[in-house]
Amino acid sequence: MSTFDQTSLWIVIIGMALGSYVLRFAFIGFMGGRQMPDWLMRHLRYTAVAILPALVTPLVVWPSPTGGETSLPHLAVAALTFAVGYFTRNVLWALLSGVSGFLLLFLLG
Amino acid sequence: MASTTTKSLFLKGLVDSLPFLLVASPFGLLFGVLSAEAGLNVLEALAFSLAVFAGAAQFTALQLLQENTPLLIVLTSALAVNLRMGMYSASLTPYLGAAPMWQRAIAAYLTVDQSYALSIVKFEDEPEMSVPQRMAYFFGTTSVIAPSWMAATVVGAWVGAQIPASWGLDFVLPLAFLAMIGPMLRTPAHMVACFVAIVASLPATLMPHNLGLIVAGLAGMMAGAQTELWLEQATARSKAKQETAP
Repeated sequence: MSTFDQTSLWIVIIGMALGSYVLRFAFIGFMGGRQMPDWLMRHLRYTAVAILPALVTPLVVWPSPTGGETSLPHLAVAALTFAVGYFTRNVLWALLSGVSGFLLLFLLG
Repeated sequence: MASTTTKSLFLKGLVDSLPFLLVASPFGLLFGVLSAEAGLNVLEALAFSLAVFAGAAQFTALQLLQENTPLLIVLTSALAVNLRMGMYSASLTPYLGAAPMWQRAIAAYLTVDQSYALSIVKFEDEPEMSVPQRMAYFFGTTSVIAPSWMAATVVGAWVGAQIPASWGLDFVLPLAFLAMIGPMLRTPAHMVACFVAIVASLPATLMPHNLGLIVAGLAGMMAGAQTELWLEQATARSKAKQETAP
């Protein structure tokens, strides 16, 4: 099942640990009260909201449980999860609906 | 006297953070389960959570590792998801920047969505707080969340090791991301960024080595930033019009 080796895993863990820490420390540690350029802050505001959907979309359109074949039930569960999160503004309800939907797929499929 | 108030502020932070446990624990559990499914043992899953301590980025790296993505792209994508931590850190700096270096060094590690969200509201509402009081509150907000995240990862990894791969649990990962995305869409610019990233991500899968993820992400970011700029200009114009009106 696993397609990556131990070395890769540890390189990623250590690289992410260092990288995340630098991101978190850079400003509070070094920048002091200096301002970042506006254009940069404006782009940074949209990183998570762009990267996460870009990661998710192919996984939903070509889901791995069907071997990558587009499946209406999987799309429906994904849409439900997203919609619940959007309308309730609550990650937990969204995750619960998603997991319930997944269980339904599992039991029916 | 001063130490009593810092102590009570630490406790206040702790209590304020408790509702977030309901979110952090299930995601920590899920990360543990999915890392077990991906072949990590309990120790590796815990090391991941301890070293990185950032849910969304951990999920991203886990997914990309399983797709045999080049390590440079795994790291770039996962760190891009974590860029918001840099913004949090920048926005906390005016409030905490004067604290001793060792405190700032620990605070940096503990900067996550929950501690940031709670602290920035508190600091803005109560500008008379001293720097040690702010630090006490900030540390309070992570005092339960951080250990719970680690514990949930361990439990999840242990449970996940008992679940057969045939359950197809890997589909829960995109669902977990989808659950996070909905509440993030607070402005029209967020929605544009999200929509453009979705549309761009499908043709972008044709690019080798999962590079398309970064390209689609950048497209979404640029679309979001541009929309924000347009909306600001439009508001400024309509305001100027109102002011010149008789």
